[in-house]
Amino acid sequence: MTDHPRLTLHVPEPAVRPGGVPDFSSVQVPHAGSVARPEVDADPESIRDLAYSIIRVLNRDGVAVGPWAGLLSSEQLLDGLRDMMTLRAFDARMVTAQRQGKTSFYMQHMGEEAVSCGFRRVLSPGDMNFPTYRQAGLLIAGGYSLVDMMCQIYSNELDPLKGRQMPVLYSSRKDGFFSLSGNLATQYIQAVGWAMASAIKNDTKTAAAWIGDGATAESDFHAALVFASTYKAPVVLNIVNNQWAISTFQGIARGGSGTFAARGLGFGIPALRVDGNDYLAVFAVARWAVERARRNLGPTIIEYVTYRVGAHSTSDDPAAYRPKSESDAWPLGDPVIRLKNHLIALGVWSDERHKQAEAEVLDTVITAQKEAESHGTLHAGGQPSVRDMFEDVYAKMPPHLRRQRQQAGV
Amino acid sequence: MPRKTMIEAIRDAMDVMMGRDDNVVVFGEDVGFFGGVFRCTQGLQAKYGKSRCFDAPINESGIVGAAVGMAAYGLRPCVEIQFADYMYPAYDQIVSEAARLRYRSNGQFTCPLVVRMPTGGGISGGQTHSQSPEALFTHVAGLKTVVPSTPGDAKGLLIAAIEDPDPVIFLEPKRLYNGPFDGHHDRPIIPWSKHEFGEVADGHYVVPLGKAAIRRKGAMLTVLAYGTMVYVAMAAAAETGVDAEIIDLRTLVPLDLETIEASVRKTGRCVIVHEATRTSGFGAELSALVQETCFYHLETPIVRVTGWDTPYPHAQEWDYFPGPARVGRAFLEAMEP
Repeated sequence: MTDHPRLTLHVPEPAVRPGGVPDFSSVQVPHAGSVARPEVDADPESIRDLAYSIIRVLNRDGVAVGPWAGLLSSEQLLDGLRDMMTLRAFDARMVTAQRQGKTSFYMQHMGEEAVSCGFRRVLSPGDMNFPTYRQAGLLIAGGYSLVDMMCQIYSNELDPLKGRQMPVLYSSRKDGFFSLSGNLATQYIQAVGWAMASAIKNDTKTAAAWIGDGATAESDFHAALVFASTYKAPVVLNIVNNQWAISTFQGIARGGSGTFAARGLGFGIPALRVDGNDYLAVFAVARWAVERARRNLGPTIIEYVTYRVGAHSTSDDPAAYRPKSESDAWPLGDPVIRLKNHLIALGVWSDERHKQAEAEVLDTVITAQKEAESHGTLHAGGQPSVRDMFEDVYAKMPPHLRRQRQQAGV
Repeated sequence: MPRKTMIEAIRDAMDVMMGRDDNVVVFGEDVGFFGGVFRCTQGLQAKYGKSRCFDAPINESGIVGAAVGMAAYGLRPCVEIQFADYMYPAYDQIVSEAARLRYRSNGQFTCPLVVRMPTGGGISGGQTHSQSPEALFTHVAGLKTVVPSTPGDAKGLLIAAIEDPDPVIFLEPKRLYNGPFDGHHDRPIIPWSKHEFGEVADGHYVVPLGKAAIRRKGAMLTVLAYGTMVYVAMAAAAETGVDAEIIDLRTLVPLDLETIEASVRKTGRCVIVHEATRTSGFGAELSALVQETCFYHLETPIVRVTGWDTPYPHAQEWDYFPGPARVGRAFLEAMEP
């Protein structure tokens, strides 16, 4: 026996539970424009502080300030706004479609639209994203067909993935969107491998890995950091910290580490935290990181500080584990409203034009939805073929599978 | 006797064991405050405290690896993997560690561990929420593998698993959580409250590992099934009129070969049904055992009905799932003279 007191198990707890008053006092929000912008070839040791701050461009008045500002034209900003509004309208329609039984499941992006929409705009043709299920903005901002997305969600006769995959588990090689698996974190190390391949072949392409705060706990996340660090792979390691992994707050995955970005410091990987609800900041930091990759300077970690306003999925009800009004208290605001206010401050936008744009975007989404639904929904209308169920298990169908297909009578 | 859902019965088993034994701890993803995405652990943290029931980081290897360490210390961890499909990162800890710890340390260290995981399809879960990986466990020396099909069994088997001195893989057919399911997906759902198998006794009781149950007595054909497929086989027997003896294996390892053998010797015919893919599935082991022990009693070849050798599809789920029509055809095939 020692004189020490008995040991106890530490289990982290969120600041507030349902019924409590939302409390984000632990989220330190620096002033917009206050974080320095280093050169892309800066010594990682000299910029360790970026893993503990939050890079922000838009201030409270909707004005872009500081060293990370000034990269986007009004036209580009208007495109960005439309991307985010389209994603939001798309999500709303698909949640409603799911509620009416037109598909089995859906996952929305509410509050996180700036992250994937902003990032997509810094990539070049040939770059590859290894996304999670909450980065559909990569497709929308890349000009991918809304109809094709919906056909995948409906598993209908035009589903590009032939009904094989759950809703939102898209894949589009030509659009730089790697096939979504449905389990967690596996894609993170694959992105590093893709980037290493580009380096092996003396190519110019880069890769972008995506993961949520919760899944950074997976071993594949840590494998990715080791490989990226060892081989200085041309990859951007994105961490979307939306505060909640289904019912567990980010502290369960983060543990005693100050931030998720700081995970990179032990690996010598430059790590930046950015306001994920600030489209301009997302774009600026993403461009900085992709530039590093492109110049063969190695990997960068970006932690997007954001908030999952909606449920984890249509199977989830967040009221069981967090205060209902928590999203209203989120200190970084709403990405669409913040960009809208910035454009108004620039004098190129107005409330009226915004309302009109909302109507246009909705009209575009509804038109796409009508077309997609004319090809069927999960349980009605045009269906993918049962025969297709047996295709693509192998490049060439082996005899045993051919026999099984005959048995199935298709 | 009170009727409960399989979710309530599983929760009840953990509750009973946590109450009886301070060494029983429960953890996994979303398992603590929220009570699990299927709500199997709801209320346990409030009742037993955060040191006994807690949320784990999303790391399946970590969940099982930590549980192995706790079990070696002397606890009895009962951990949850959110879906069996998420198990693969933990496979090294299960196969190389949990399963062999007693053997390689000559009994100095043991691993009284239960790994619970929802298994099987029928919920539009696609390839990553529908798999039946039981054969990946039955193939491993040192593991026991359990698949309950009724709430009463789920509770008694889980208590037996928690009390067992060795690691037990506890596969919960998620399509049976809220009611029996016979594969007729287009018919109204029957809740456990309306089914005699929904009866769950209060308090502590054990359904021993390694004992099958005969769900339907029959003279003409032996059907070997487990989990959801027990109900599909019952429906197929009713619909074809074949007087089948339906054996619910309940435990795959250790296997109740005695019950199987006695039945096949009586009927002379055998159909094996599982939802998992066919090649190297547990049905192959069952078929070999029946052939080895009952060859001279067999009137017709053994027939297997299984999932196809493809990943589990989303839209074509009911073409993949071996439903009562397919199982019924196999019954008739086995009955041909």
